[in-house]
Amino acid sequence: MFGLKSIRGGVHPETKKDLTSERSILTALPLPKKLYLPLSQHAGVESRPQVQVGDKVLKGQLVARSGGSLSANLHAPTSGIIAAIEPIVAPHPSGLPAVAMVIESDGEDRWKDLPTLNDPLDLSPDELADRVEEAGIVGMGGAIFPAAVKLRQGRRFEIKTLIINGSECEPYLTCDDRLMQEQAAAIVDGARMIRHIIEAYEVVIAIEDNKPDATAALKQAAAPYGMINVINVPTHYPMGSAKQLIQAVTGKEVPAGGRSNDIGVLVHNVGTVYAIHQALRLGRPLISRIVTVTGACVKTPHNVEALLGTPVRDLIQACGGLTAHPARLLMGGPMMGQIIPSIDSPVIKGTTGVLALNQREVNEHLPAPCIRCGRCVDACPMGLVPLEMAKHSGADDFDQAQDFGLRDCILCGSCAYVCPSHIPLVQYFEYAKGELRERRNNESKQEYTKRLMDQRNERVEREKAAKAAAKKAKKRASRKTKSPAESES
Amino acid sequence: MFTATLVLTALGLLLGWLLGVAAKVFAVEENPIVNEVESLLPGSQCGQCGFPGCSAAAEAMVEGTAAVNCCPPGGRALTEALAELLNVDLNSLGDAPVPQLARIEASLCTGCTKCYKACPTDAIVGATKQIHAVISKACTGCSKCKDVCPENCITLAPEPVTLNNWHWTKPEAA
Repeated sequence: MFGLKSIRGGVHPETKKDLTSERSILTALPLPKKLYLPLSQHAGVESRPQVQVGDKVLKGQLVARSGGSLSANLHAPTSGIIAAIEPIVAPHPSGLPAVAMVIESDGEDRWKDLPTLNDPLDLSPDELADRVEEAGIVGMGGAIFPAAVKLRQGRRFEIKTLIINGSECEPYLTCDDRLMQEQAAAIVDGARMIRHIIEAYEVVIAIEDNKPDATAALKQAAAPYGMINVINVPTHYPMGSAKQLIQAVTGKEVPAGGRSNDIGVLVHNVGTVYAIHQALRLGRPLISRIVTVTGACVKTPHNVEALLGTPVRDLIQACGGLTAHPARLLMGGPMMGQIIPSIDSPVIKGTTGVLALNQREVNEHLPAPCIRCGRCVDACPMGLVPLEMAKHSGADDFDQAQDFGLRDCILCGSCAYVCPSHIPLVQYFEYAKGELRERRNNESKQEYTKRLMDQRNERVEREKAAKAAAKKAKKRASRKTKSPAESES
Repeated sequence: MFTATLVLTALGLLLGWLLGVAAKVFAVEENPIVNEVESLLPGSQCGQCGFPGCSAAAEAMVEGTAAVNCCPPGGRALTEALAELLNVDLNSLGDAPVPQLARIEASLCTGCTKCYKACPTDAIVGATKQIHAVISKACTGCSKCKDVCPENCITLAPEPVTLNNWHWTKPEAA
């Protein structure tokens, strides 16, 4: 279609996007009484609090600073008082606690003084990247990788094509679709700024062909700018995965273990582009995002603009509440989303959707033995052999699993979707990847402790030698002072 | 001149021959597998296996007097690697050892500095009459600090599960 190469493998799940795609984004939700901001909403280490319990904060004020190279800043989503900095149940399938900042809103929703900005396109790329970092923007498609780091990496390579990812291939989710329809001009503006930062030759906004309204809106907004192309890609899961989208748009494949930079491409999600526009044009940090609230158990599914830290319960309330007790509560899409342990879990930067699914939608089956039909091999968009990877992961033979391509698995779930035996293939891969990560960490710790021990032994030796030398010197000195005294007497 | 050259040459040859003979006669036989095992071990000489250091443990493992799962810092990965190298059946062993971490109970610590002087990897920070703390990144779980603590305020436990190290468990077999 359109002369584009499609992607390898993949599946065509029922999209269910019609639940929300025709309804405009709900803005101005009632202000939650309390907002819960986990300190870790990004790829790297926790951010470090910059305020204390009891402090008054204004909307948009920096409350926690990036704690490392892959970490990100956090800002107060509304004005109020820091009520606590304490562990809460994380929006994570493990149900483990995570330290969060609890902000009690004062109901005024008062912004801090926003700076008056010059035209960002007049500023230097490095300065703009710094501003993106300051605004705490991370990959809004769910990858939560700091956007500024990606931009700076992009500056070190020759980027031919900047791809703006509007494909949104996950079923149910329409947050990007609605954003593109309602904020097309802002997205095009954001794309121009990113192009300016990484000095890309051309910009391609790629949208799956099941979103004609969004395509039309962006085409119109992009018309004055020659270097921005708006194209359609086939509706085909997992088109929204960076590697697959690059293949569909440029025909090039990212090498195994490589990055998109290596072939001169950089991909940013439309949500991230919109956040970058907000930060560079209006000086607003990332404090809210669009979340698709949907599923058969939600009364009137909608996209909502939610402040970060808003409990999921409030979002569902804004959409008319639950009609039944959900069989499963997910954060993200149904293919790659994660189960959340509680309806009180807060929205974080990577929350693309909240799904309250009923039993029929979950469609759970007991797994049966593998019949080696090979459907997962056909479905794998990375060209791997899922059945062998799962077999070896199940037997804890991780080296073999890696030989079959575990490292390149993007955990898209296409294999598990087509499996007639309902084998939880992705869980096998998550398990194996987790075990391998643990082993790598343990190995690097052993190297580290060995180095520490060697350094300590060296130091102890040195101290001993220094002590002995000092003793000798003292002895000699005392003998010298003694001898003249003796001669005097 | 000529005699001196002759004598020195003869002396050189004789001593060289002696050295050669000594190297053959008094050669210490070293099992190459021991070296291989030792290179796999963590090398922090923590002594949790009950041997004075990693090389002694390696020898004992090759001889078969020590089990391949006696090294807690190495964890399951090391046990598997050793079992393959030494041809040991993994099922004949008990559970794989779990790496331990020391923790100081701050309410009991008097700041005596004994533990941080004993720590072989400098994993404890503190000063006289200040509460000490363990840097878990550098702790091998050797329990040398626990042995010297006069307040009995150091405990050893496996690393707690947090969001950073949690991962999905293996699905139950169909």
